[in-house]
Amino acid sequence: MASRRVPSSHEAPRSLFGSLAPPLLSREQAKALTDKVLSFAKADETRVVIASDWSGNTRFAGGEITTSGGITDTTLSVVSTTGKRRASVSSNVFDDAALRRTVDLAERLARLAPEDPEIMPELGPQSYTPVDSFIQATADLGPEARADATKRVIQRAGEVGKPAGDVFVAGFLEANAGARAIATSTGLFAYHRSTDVNLSTTVRTPDGTGSGWASGGARDWAKLDPAALGTTAAQKAVASRNPVAIEPGMYTVVLEPQAVADLVPLLGGAFTARAADEGRGTFSKRGGGTRLGEKVMDERVTIYSDPADPDLLAQPFDAEGLPLERRVWVENGILANFSYSRFWAQKQGKEPTGAGGGGGGGFGGGFPGGLKMAGGTKSTDELIAGTQRGILVTHFFYIRFLDQRTVLVTGLTRDGTFLIENGKITKALKNFRWNESPLFMLNKLEELGRAERTAAGQVMPSIRVKDFNFTSLSDAV
Amino acid sequence: MIAAPRAESYVEDLALEALNAAKDAGASYADARIGRYRRQGINTRERQVTGVSDSESYGLGVRALVGGSWGFAATSTMTKEGVVAAATEAARLARAARTVQKRPVELAPTPAVKGTWKTPITRDPLEVPIEEKVALLLAANEAALKVPKVRFVNSGLQLLREEKTLATTDGTLVTQTFVRVGPSFTATALGDGDFQSYTEELAPRGSGWEYVESLGMPANAERWASLAVEKLSAKSVEVGRWDLILHPTNLWLTIHESIGHPTELDRAMGYEANYAGTSFVAPPAKVIGKLRYGPEFMNIQGDRTQEGSLARVGWDDEGVAADRWLIIEKGLFKDYQTTREQSAWIAKLTGVTRSHGCSFADSWSSVQFQRMPNVSLLPNEKDVSLDDIITATDRGIIIRNRGSWSIDHQRYNFQFSGQTFHEIRGGKVVGMLKDVAYQANTPQFWNSMDMIGGKSTYWLGGSFGDGKGEPGQSNSVSHGCVPARFKQVNIVNTGRNA
Repeated sequence: MASRRVPSSHEAPRSLFGSLAPPLLSREQAKALTDKVLSFAKADETRVVIASDWSGNTRFAGGEITTSGGITDTTLSVVSTTGKRRASVSSNVFDDAALRRTVDLAERLARLAPEDPEIMPELGPQSYTPVDSFIQATADLGPEARADATKRVIQRAGEVGKPAGDVFVAGFLEANAGARAIATSTGLFAYHRSTDVNLSTTVRTPDGTGSGWASGGARDWAKLDPAALGTTAAQKAVASRNPVAIEPGMYTVVLEPQAVADLVPLLGGAFTARAADEGRGTFSKRGGGTRLGEKVMDERVTIYSDPADPDLLAQPFDAEGLPLERRVWVENGILANFSYSRFWAQKQGKEPTGAGGGGGGGFGGGFPGGLKMAGGTKSTDELIAGTQRGILVTHFFYIRFLDQRTVLVTGLTRDGTFLIENGKITKALKNFRWNESPLFMLNKLEELGRAERTAAGQVMPSIRVKDFNFTSLSDAV
Repeated sequence: MIAAPRAESYVEDLALEALNAAKDAGASYADARIGRYRRQGINTRERQVTGVSDSESYGLGVRALVGGSWGFAATSTMTKEGVVAAATEAARLARAARTVQKRPVELAPTPAVKGTWKTPITRDPLEVPIEEKVALLLAANEAALKVPKVRFVNSGLQLLREEKTLATTDGTLVTQTFVRVGPSFTATALGDGDFQSYTEELAPRGSGWEYVESLGMPANAERWASLAVEKLSAKSVEVGRWDLILHPTNLWLTIHESIGHPTELDRAMGYEANYAGTSFVAPPAKVIGKLRYGPEFMNIQGDRTQEGSLARVGWDDEGVAADRWLIIEKGLFKDYQTTREQSAWIAKLTGVTRSHGCSFADSWSSVQFQRMPNVSLLPNEKDVSLDDIITATDRGIIIRNRGSWSIDHQRYNFQFSGQTFHEIRGGKVVGMLKDVAYQANTPQFWNSMDMIGGKSTYWLGGSFGDGKGEPGQSNSVSHGCVPARFKQVNIVNTGRNA
């Protein structure tokens, strides 16, 4: 196809820094950009939010890389407030004329929006706990290094999976680096950079009866071991071949940390003060009031968010720029705190906890400031060894709410479900559908295992709980 | 509104610049997609607007094939330097991928095309004044709040205009504009220690503002809200086997999950094994022309041409013209959903050498891959009405609208719910039930279907956002269907006291 002349960049609609600049906006660049946008603003109050991101991914299946990508983008959002009216507009086009149009449109939409009686003024200057969530090794993880890591997963899984034949290895590796900045016309400026990386792999046996999975996530690429993940997934695939069906029903289960990580974050909405106060929350009391201060889970359960926790290292502010601090939701089984939006906190005379989104790098499960469930001292293997009869679950899939109030959800087991008898894994089991609530589950705790990082900004233990409600069998492998 | 220069020639020049850079970097094939996405969202509750948002995203994604491996890179730096850097990076990614390659990619031939296509609309929803949109939603909320016991109402609009230019090194150059609208409405009634919500099934469509107006939200909201109140006094369902009549407002999603997804060829081949899962409709050699999915009268069509549907296009994201074909014919599985790369994998089994045109990317920053076309159940040739089906049912439940849904990773075991459940005794609707979910195994379920409605009962549902892939992408897809009856399906009770 013939090439046509393209205007050079000085004639073209320009991005802010051109192609040779680093992909992430620095604090100074972000400040210069927010200052410029705020200088265009005429509304009563304006908030500017910048998300500057790089993402590198490599996807593999059938022992080869199927797709891979490198993406850079920077998005700017303008939130304009006129009286009690507010609207937001975002764009990734940054020449001066486009920036002015973005501001103008936000202001026009704000004028047109009806009054919001619950609107809160923009925040003024804040101070934040310094959190270092940015690891250069993760931001530098290029296509060649990712291909190499992929190769290590595939190779190791192939070796470990050999007893089952030529195993099918699939997976996904994604590294992200991002900068977030928030500035308001009332003097707030917040800036934070973070990285995260996640590698997961699924290994399937050639007879189609076995499947295993393993996943690791961290802010620091150096914390992940691709070959070890390949080993775990392949071991599970081999061991899960020819599963047998057992009658659905209530069983004691040992849940690996990734399975716990599938369920515990679903409690996010349960800690919302407003729903509880309005009588429609999980922790509302029949006839009024809430269960704050009451025992709502087993006394060994402690769940908290803390951006500065060295295992979490989450962004220390929310989408409005409100500082995020350590918040203990459940302490030794007692409902210790609710989450308060700024409006509801003011109405109820409480401190806001930061309910805005955009918490800790995308893995907080709705908990800004990351999420950690404290663990015990035993390994998952020790939990298995202490189980008379039970079921080991690797992870869950396709979880959907059945009842918001009780956090009752349905889902399936996947990629390694095993029968435990007299402290040992004895059989591979067919997968189950289950209907269960993490709230009920944490009331039926038998033993708490060691906690480990399940994703960047998330730490979960393995647990053994009794009477997990398996409702039907699934033929899916 | 916000927009960088719109000159089409500028966009085309940038795309061609990217293609040349990819070829210079060693690509045997490349495509460049420039997208401009304008999204608007309005959400309301009761008498207030809870959010008005508007976003624009503009950039280029380039896909390069080097030595039979893919690389993809995307940038929002829309200058010659920016797109050349992206194209060079795509080739670098492809070379790295080639070091972990087993089977080089082969693309099915497709004729080079040039042209433009636009969703036919009367009124662009993004140009409708915001006051008009807000007024419509608040009027619906107000009508709902008139109903005693209705305490909460949420309504909203999702609007999208997508302008996309695709250029390929095969000589294709097409520009398309897609418009999609997604209205929503939920009312919640508070009773004595209980609350019940009702969400009306307002199908999103590939249509203009005229479609939103045709739904009559303010005029119908009171009736919808009263269903939430009626649910407060509904009887909790008795578990066990029931005959089920699934209204099209419920059945479309069951089709999506239990037929749409398992007949994606990449799933069947294990490409989604690490995320969405694989498929029971595999391996291709064992199922094409052999797998009995359902009864003789069951015909399922893949379609990217249907008027008003969400997955309608002129050409897909590889420049393949919109197609329409049978996935299930007379109850037998016939063909998968495919892209150019996938056609050759099964061409010997199907005799089809072209791609079915199922390539789609949800953004300029996402790589295109196989996504679902509209997948629909074709009507009965006889004119059977919903009343005919009810009258012929002795003990059953009729389920309307989408509720909770969950299905396993090979698409066997599913559990779906709905919004309203009416009990049928002796051919008549006798009252409302609650806490109903149906749980089944896909092939057994479809083979238990014994009655379907005729053409006059056909309705087009759909999903504004369907997830697949890593990194995750969202696709909009429609599903047309008629009411259908299924014999002796397992009903579970999802109530709090169950």
